[in-house]
This record gives sequence, C-alpha cells and structure tokens, in this order.
Amino acid sequence: MRKLTAFIAGIIFGIGLLAAGMANPAKVLAFLDLSGAWDPSLAFVMVAAIGVAFLPFSWARFQRSSLLGAPMQLPGKRELDRRLIGGSLLFGIGWGIAGICPGPAVAILLTGRWQVLLFVLAMLAGMLLFALLQRRTAARESSS
Amino acid sequence: MMSIDWYNFTPWSALLGGALIGLAASVFAVMNGRVAGISGLLGSLLAPGEGRGEKALFLLGILLAPVLWQLFSRLPEIQINSGWLALTVAGFLVGIGTRYGSGCTSGHGVCGLSRLSPRSLAATLSFMGAGFVTVFVLRHLWGA
Repeated sequence: MRKLTAFIAGIIFGIGLLAAGMANPAKVLAFLDLSGAWDPSLAFVMVAAIGVAFLPFSWARFQRSSLLGAPMQLPGKRELDRRLIGGSLLFGIGWGIAGICPGPAVAILLTGRWQVLLFVLAMLAGMLLFALLQRRTAARESSS
Repeated sequence: MMSIDWYNFTPWSALLGGALIGLAASVFAVMNGRVAGISGLLGSLLAPGEGRGEKALFLLGILLAPVLWQLFSRLPEIQINSGWLALTVAGFLVGIGTRYGSGCTSGHGVCGLSRLSPRSLAATLSFMGAGFVTVFVLRHLWGA
C-alpha cells in the first residue's frame, strides 16, 4: 500500500511541476531575473504548495507513525551549520545557471531533450562525489 | 527598476501546480512518513539504505508524469537555452550542493517551510539568494 501511495504521490508531484511552469527552465530563469522582465509566477507556486502542505505537515510532525503505519521520518535537526549554507549556496548558483533543480530535472527527463539528460548525469556525478567524500571522511574518523 | 513581465505571468496555473505539489508532498508525509525532497531521494538511491523501493516509486511517478500528461494533452512549453558547458557545470553544482545542503527546492522550500524548520528557511534563503545573484551576474554583468 505504501508503494502505491508513493507512486501516486510522485505522479501528482510531477504533474504539479509541469502545470506550474516549474519544469520550464526558461520560466524559472525569468523568475530568478529580478532586474529583467520579472515573471513572479514561481513565487505563487511556492505559496500554493506551502499553503496546501502546511496543515498536513503540522499534523505529521507531531506523529510517531504515518497513517499507513510507517515510522514518521521528518528531520528534527534545527541547528544551522556551514554545510547547510555552503551547500545551498552552491545549489543556488547551479540553479541560476540553467534554471533546473532536481524535481523538474526528473520531471522533464523523458521528454527527449539531450540537455536534460546531460544535466541529470552531471547532477548524479555531483551526488556520487558527495557520497564518496562522505565515505572517506567517515573512514578517516573511524580509523583515527 | 523592477518591471513585471505581465505577458508571461501565469498566476492561476502556478497556483494550481503549486497546490498539486503541496498535495503530493502531504500524501508522502502523511501516508509514508517521508519528506518529498527530490535531491535526498535521488541521493539515497545511490547508496544502500532503507525504503529504497518507496523512494524509487515516488521518483518513477515524477519521471512518468510527462508521459501520462501526453496521453491527455500537449505538454506545456519546456525551453532550455543553456549550452552543454553551462548544463554540465550547473548539474554538477546542483548535485553536490543539494547533498551538502541536505535538500533542494522541494525538501527545504516546500516541505521544510511547511513544517517551520529554521534550517530549511536558512537553506531556502541561501539558494534563492544565490540564484538571484547568479542570474544577475550572468545576464546583466557578464552577458551584457
């Protein structure tokens, strides 16, 4: 059952990205271009998404398990650190270069554009590099 | 001076799409107990861990969304103007940045803000700020 809800939620998420215009990199860049001809549409996407999700998340974050009996795994960490900010700044630079973030990259991958395939491969390479660096740090810490 | 691009401004589809994104994130949290953060889901598929089946199915739903969409209607416009070098650099930065920063537009921007996480607020301000600055530099300083 949880597999089914995950799959359905994924489809709704993808349809939402396409409908919102979030999956159109040129439109994302027009939103990020404050000093050009600014297209504020994507701010409306965020507001609507948070507006709908606020109550369910307010309920979920105080539960121990989901409605289908899965453990509630919402992050509980609240402290800020350099990794969070530094990583987010790097992500923002990448987002500003091409106007593509991870969700839309997946949502338009099957529309048959080489540009998206290249972006996704480079993104996965970045994620793999992170995983490798993490493993090395963990190995060094456990050996010292 | 800020000027709004009224011609390309699409508030209604943005609100509708955003609401669907919020709905999908809510279903995933309330039913599966998980955060619909696409970079985190992608990253977790690159290493062994729990719940990979559900996570993969959520991503599969996003991946298939344009295919399902096309059964009923024409896909909305998807315009990518970046060249291969920009796409490669952007993808790599998005990949490594979202992993170090523990999230992207969906995990921090939608889910994190919906559960009032101070970390997600800091991350969202960081990547939005970096995105605004990057587009300004590339379009108005460099590209001018």
